[in-house]
Amino acid sequence: MKKFAHDFKVVGNNPLNARHFVLELQAPVPLPEILPGQFVQVLVHNSPSTFLRRPFSVHFADYSKNTLSLLVQIKGEGTRHMGMLKTGDTLNLVYPLGNSFSAPSSGKVLLVGGGAGVAPLMIMGDYLNRKNIRPDFLVGFRSADEVSQMDQYARYGKVYLSTDDGSMGEKGFVTQHPVFATSPLPYDRICCCGPDAMMHAVAKLAAAKGVACEVSLENFMACGYGVCLCCITQTDTGNERVCIEGPVFETSRLKW
Amino acid sequence: MQFKNPVTTASGCFGYGEEFKDFYDLGLLGGIFVKAVTGSNRPGNKYPRMAETASGMLNSVGLQNKGVDNFCKVIYPKIKDFNTQIIVNVSGSTIEEYVMVAERINELENIPAIELNISCPNVKEGGMAFGVVPSTATEVTRAVRGVYKKVLMVKLSPNVTSICEMAKAVVDGGADVLTLINTLLGMAVDAETRRPVISTITGGLSGPAIKPVALRMVWQVFKAVDVPIVGLGGIMNTTDAIEFMLAGASVIQVGTANFIDPMVAPKIAEGINEYLDRHNIASARDIVGALKVC
Repeated sequence: MKKFAHDFKVVGNNPLNARHFVLELQAPVPLPEILPGQFVQVLVHNSPSTFLRRPFSVHFADYSKNTLSLLVQIKGEGTRHMGMLKTGDTLNLVYPLGNSFSAPSSGKVLLVGGGAGVAPLMIMGDYLNRKNIRPDFLVGFRSADEVSQMDQYARYGKVYLSTDDGSMGEKGFVTQHPVFATSPLPYDRICCCGPDAMMHAVAKLAAAKGVACEVSLENFMACGYGVCLCCITQTDTGNERVCIEGPVFETSRLKW
Repeated sequence: MQFKNPVTTASGCFGYGEEFKDFYDLGLLGGIFVKAVTGSNRPGNKYPRMAETASGMLNSVGLQNKGVDNFCKVIYPKIKDFNTQIIVNVSGSTIEEYVMVAERINELENIPAIELNISCPNVKEGGMAFGVVPSTATEVTRAVRGVYKKVLMVKLSPNVTSICEMAKAVVDGGADVLTLINTLLGMAVDAETRRPVISTITGGLSGPAIKPVALRMVWQVFKAVDVPIVGLGGIMNTTDAIEFMLAGASVIQVGTANFIDPMVAPKIAEGINEYLDRHNIASARDIVGALKVC
């Protein structure tokens, strides 16, 4: 797949809460199709401490506005700088990178996300809707003050919510949600993105219940396009690059 | 051998070139130094292999590759007709392994040169161990020279007391060209977790952080030996490339910068032409080693 490096224009920077915001970026050329699960490499700032690009899952692509959105959690200097970007600023992106979640032609799909890991669920929901599949969403956050965009997910499918402290939705981790209580699970496929511990727990549950499961990994990487070999994960066929063979992997293939 | 321009890409920073076909025409490059090839399959080191550092990065990939047999049968047919010079970086754990790989690569018609990697800091055996003691550097170079009939380049490690002594040692062993420098041995610590950031604890530092060290070594070696130099170490833009050429590099390699801007190498090639025009200099050759020191 052809890849590009372009300066995008910031057309929106919308805080979701104290730690998360959504950057809306307009491409200088017609956007190629962005598949759900694909990511971009952002050149944050030419400072000594933010030397490398930062990878972000695409949150949403709006071809009518020629924009793509990134859901960003403020973690360090790079993401803090991104949070301060204003309309009209530019940001250099290498895109589109990596593989994507598989889209079944039919069947029930559960999309599971936690924290900033919910990012690719929105574009996946949109993608599935265009294939006439209405997925269920199960999203988990630390507490009510981090819950956001529920109405937007609801446009694409039914939404279930967990918070760690029980301040909104079901109390506990996503794997403790009643959605996972039934046996067999009413799903043909689970797609998951979130903290490592959450993805491990979801993968284990899915395996126990015999449901196919994909996760989107977030390994540290330098390039994002397959040459530095820093982001590898162990699979049943040896070390694979999260940036090329991933970031989405069938959990049955992972030795993690 | 001739390069159409002095800009090439560094081993380990450009895969086998194929990944960059998605970005630009590889014919814009002077050459490509492909990822290190060893005698047999190496899975490489455990994750995490990378740490971002001030103006640079540490890596510890550990020469992950599928071995020389796979290179010759699977990779070579895909890259042999690229419209640029393809040079294979050769590594190993023993002298016998270096010799075996070099012999196999010698048979590949469209590979005009190898770059002997005696400077990888990220493997337990071999690699840098051969490149920090002059006598062993001479020995491995001489052994490979015995079987390799084309241009033999040797990539030197900066992790030595005297880079000139190492340069002389490999020229004595039969090196035609010297590449310098490989990464500087470094380390990163996570204060919060109190753990090393990368799995091997230490790794190779690259990026603009090492540029002054690399420039100094290119200059010292340029004055000390009479073979062409391929210079690298933190080259991010045209100005950096020109500086290396002034210090004595005939050809430069772009390494870590490929991770920041995938289009950077052809931009530098274009920038060098603009520099030469602006200074009314006929050829890039004319600035090699042209540093003005009273």
